[in-house]
Amino acid sequence: MAFVTHFLRQIVNALALLLAVLVLNFCLIHLAPGDPVQVIAGEMGGASAEVVAALRAKYGLDHSLPEQLATYLGKVATGDFGYSYYFNQPVLELIAQRLPATLYLALCALVLAVLIGTLLGVISARRPNGIVSHAVTLFSLAGYAAPIFWTGLMLLLLFGSIWPVLPVAGMNDVVHPRQGLAHAIDVMRHLVLPSLTLALVFIAQYSRLARVNMIDALSADYVRTARAKGLPEWIVVGKHALRNTLIPIVTVVGHQFGNLFAGAVLVETVFSWPGMGRLVFDSILRRDYPTLMAVLFFSAVMVMVANIITDLVYRLIDPRIRTGQS
Amino acid sequence: MTTLETSTPLTVESSGQPARRAASPGRVAFRQFLRSPSGVCGACLLIVIILGTAIGPVVYPVDPLDLVGGPFTPPSADAWLGTDYLGRDVLAGLIYGGRASLAVGAVAALITIAIGLTVGALAGFFGGAIDAALVKITEFFQILPPLLFAMVLVTLFGQKLTTITLAIGAVSWTSAARLTRAEFMRLRNLDFVKASRAAGAGDAYLMLRVLLPNALPPVIVSATLAIGVAILFEGGLSFLGLGDPNTMSWGLMLGQNRNYVLDAWWAVIFPGTAIFLAVLSISLVGDGVNDAINPRLRRRM
Repeated sequence: MAFVTHFLRQIVNALALLLAVLVLNFCLIHLAPGDPVQVIAGEMGGASAEVVAALRAKYGLDHSLPEQLATYLGKVATGDFGYSYYFNQPVLELIAQRLPATLYLALCALVLAVLIGTLLGVISARRPNGIVSHAVTLFSLAGYAAPIFWTGLMLLLLFGSIWPVLPVAGMNDVVHPRQGLAHAIDVMRHLVLPSLTLALVFIAQYSRLARVNMIDALSADYVRTARAKGLPEWIVVGKHALRNTLIPIVTVVGHQFGNLFAGAVLVETVFSWPGMGRLVFDSILRRDYPTLMAVLFFSAVMVMVANIITDLVYRLIDPRIRTGQS
Repeated sequence: MTTLETSTPLTVESSGQPARRAASPGRVAFRQFLRSPSGVCGACLLIVIILGTAIGPVVYPVDPLDLVGGPFTPPSADAWLGTDYLGRDVLAGLIYGGRASLAVGAVAALITIAIGLTVGALAGFFGGAIDAALVKITEFFQILPPLLFAMVLVTLFGQKLTTITLAIGAVSWTSAARLTRAEFMRLRNLDFVKASRAAGAGDAYLMLRVLLPNALPPVIVSATLAIGVAILFEGGLSFLGLGDPNTMSWGLMLGQNRNYVLDAWWAVIFPGTAIFLAVLSISLVGDGVNDAINPRLRRRM
């Protein structure tokens, strides 16, 4: 029961925060310099005062700010995030088209990062002063400092001109199988470079984190007990110690989902991945405010959902929290 | 926690006790820092980078915005690192761009820490309703991915270096705030703080003179790392086409030449390497500072 109320409270909290994001969006648009009506009038090649007034009335800009805010929130509630004049499409449709590809990329990178990062961390924790451990430390320092878009460009350079074995742009070959296994393989080949680029930064962080926590765990009493009762080493490390190594990683994964998403946007613009990245890039170039605001809002939604899932997973793998709550 | 032990009596000193004469905490920390190999390596690298941007123009007097030759000239005796898509000198860009990138990094980090310290200190010190409100605000900023939020701010308020710096500072203060809050909450119930309060210290005095110096060590580490993060952010924003076109910076060089990477690798590899080395040196320094002032947490960050 405590479990259910906890999650209900979390969801209410999340909705309140998302409402706040909408209010922020509204305020930002109104604080920004420049009058949208003047811009439209300018694009029309100049307009008389009557036309300007008519435009103002048409877009509801002659109402007071609280009224405009209420209208805006009302529209969002019905799924109306505005219309993108550059793409000539409702913003919600645009986002719905692009979001899946971005999520696909981000989640693949996340899985790669957690698997490889934890593995590297565990291997280097077994021999903290060995050569592998030093190599992992160096790698994680470098991975943290290398700008993600630059790593992407370097891989693009490598696989685009020097050693062309992998596709460097898009999600499909120009002539591509549209279904079945061949289609899946095609997409996966295109996914290798973008997801690896995105994963590198996080592999760097997770391996460092896993290493520290594994070293701690391996010196703990319960590990000594497990060894003393004769469990094979791989069970001691892979089951007992790993569980406590994973907890901080899960927390960090949850907190960094926003960075993962933003990283995906950057990586997509390098590898022409057909997700939100290109959309962001084009809407910045065209000053397409409704689209940008919606991207910010939906990235907040993503982070919210990730936080709630993290909290769930956290409870699953850490019995201390589970029992502490009820 | 040697710094805490030496700085604690200094704060109690004001309430009438004689001070214990010891090496100043700064000097102790500096000596510790010199013992950290990664910190020293990072500091040397950082000094080289800063010197390069400072005295570079003397050795290589070329204006970074001048068109010195044809576009995409490979590295040669005239343009040591080649020219970019407009025919501007890449090495001159690195030198002057480094000034902008490092300045953005340093100033944005200062803003980050200033906001973080203020919010965290108020929340941690007063607790109650103030804490609840500030934590909600922090939570709110945490659900907005910093890079995307900064991107929206710069798009709306203009692509100028000052706007970019302010935007980066405005979106990345949350972790500093949480860190400061935790430190203040931990410290405010310790005996030496109670003693100061009993001796009649007011809230402002307690916060600024008693708690702040003791809360600083972890914040200093995070401030160091914030410089690197801000440099990466400037790069990311420029890469999305949101750099300041009138001021050369490493990020701008990358952003403007990205589409020509297959034709002119030199215009992309060198600015990227510069960002990489700068951030690497800063995070090494951060490690060293961490080892120096939080010896107990050594190797944990």
